[in-house]
Amino acid sequence: MAETERSPGLLEVIEQFSEEASPIDFILILEHWPLFLEGIWHTVVLVVLALIIGGILSIPLAVIRANRTPVLNQIVFGYVYVFRGTPLLVQLYLIYHGLGQFDFIRESFLWPVLRDAWWCTIIAFVLNTAAYTTEIFRGAIEAVPYGEVEAAKSCGMSPLTTNRRVVLPNALRRALPAYSNEVIFMLHGSVVASTVTIVDILGAGRILNSKYYLAYEGFIAAAILYMILVYFITRGFRVWEKHWHAHLRPREA
Amino acid sequence: MDDVVAYLPSILGGTWITILVALCSVVLAVLLGLLGAWGKLSGSKVANKVAGAYTTVVRGIPDLVLMLLLFYGGQQLLNDLGEATGWWTYLEINQFTAGVFTIGFIFGAYMTETFRGAYMAIPRGQVEAAVASGMSPKLVFTRVVWPQLVRYALPSFGNNWLVLLKTTALVSVLGLHELVWEASVAGRSTRQLFTFYFVALMIYLVLTAISDVGLRWLDRKYSAGVRRA
Repeated sequence: MAETERSPGLLEVIEQFSEEASPIDFILILEHWPLFLEGIWHTVVLVVLALIIGGILSIPLAVIRANRTPVLNQIVFGYVYVFRGTPLLVQLYLIYHGLGQFDFIRESFLWPVLRDAWWCTIIAFVLNTAAYTTEIFRGAIEAVPYGEVEAAKSCGMSPLTTNRRVVLPNALRRALPAYSNEVIFMLHGSVVASTVTIVDILGAGRILNSKYYLAYEGFIAAAILYMILVYFITRGFRVWEKHWHAHLRPREA
Repeated sequence: MDDVVAYLPSILGGTWITILVALCSVVLAVLLGLLGAWGKLSGSKVANKVAGAYTTVVRGIPDLVLMLLLFYGGQQLLNDLGEATGWWTYLEINQFTAGVFTIGFIFGAYMTETFRGAYMAIPRGQVEAAVASGMSPKLVFTRVVWPQLVRYALPSFGNNWLVLLKTTALVSVLGLHELVWEASVAGRSTRQLFTFYFVALMIYLVLTAISDVGLRWLDRKYSAGVRRA
């Protein structure tokens, strides 16, 4: 019986193409999907946690700025100015590498938290995004028509009730488009986490590259994953805006 | 404090590199932005598509990812190309060039939107009137379009510049001896990382504050003749 030469299967053809012909070895990337999954998980958790905590912090700060509450207003302004005027990378380094300089911090009960890259990154991201979000919300609060506040006052609402029922629901809705930009910037900014040993999406790409001594694969995979995340964020906000801006849409004839 | 004084020359040297990277990349970004805006506004379908792809892709990828990709991948690509064609042997992209090209390339996409928006803010009638009074296309551009383009583009340009200035800190990851890098070195050798990162933070604040003043001056200069409510 004649030896029939087995024709190569589709999978082998793809594998061979990936390794020899294509400039990017995409099979290698696919083989490391658990690494990238871990990276996605860390990036998403970091960004979501920072946005939630930073968002909650920024609402009272924005109210203080918009109402020009004496003393507190100046303090919040200083905080916002410093964090918006300096790079996130330096803020992160200051917290992660810098705090260990002080003996009283090294000896305090907080040291196990402040020594950890994960917590330092969360703290830096929260402080950063809270500063930017405060400015966004402040602008939105100041854009609320004063007549609405007057009407609330004349109905006998206390300042707290006015904020809760009239100003904030209106302002936060208006802030949505600007806030969606901040979410994307936070996702983009989160790549600095990979410089303090955290395996986020870029961190996963860097591990892949240094493991196999590659120049593109890890970074291209990371770039594509970030673009997919940005796509979902924009889509999510579009749905969200449709819901919360339903009353602003032109009426259908 | 003595340590800060001792390391001040190297810190200031780093600051100078930071400023240089920022200035070179903003020039590149403005050129790419004008080109991109022209591509988006021109009648050519191909130019529309290319400019559209440029802004979507670049604004979807984080800056550090693009920087590393261009620094390591770009180097590899250049050398592979040189090997294949035999036109050049080993080439090395230094960190400064890589930083300027990536930051310029990234912010070119943001500047594209800036200039496109500014161009569309110029009332069409003015350009038509200029053409009707017999001005050549070049004259229409220099006398009517450009002065207003600058005016409308300035606020968004200012924002982009401030973001760009802060983005230059990322070039330290590539190993360029700029402000953050020098601060790290000084901090590590004196075991006072907090002090030196704090100094770097303050220098960035001063740079943004100076930029603020400069941008406000430019805004006043180019808004001469505009009445504000």
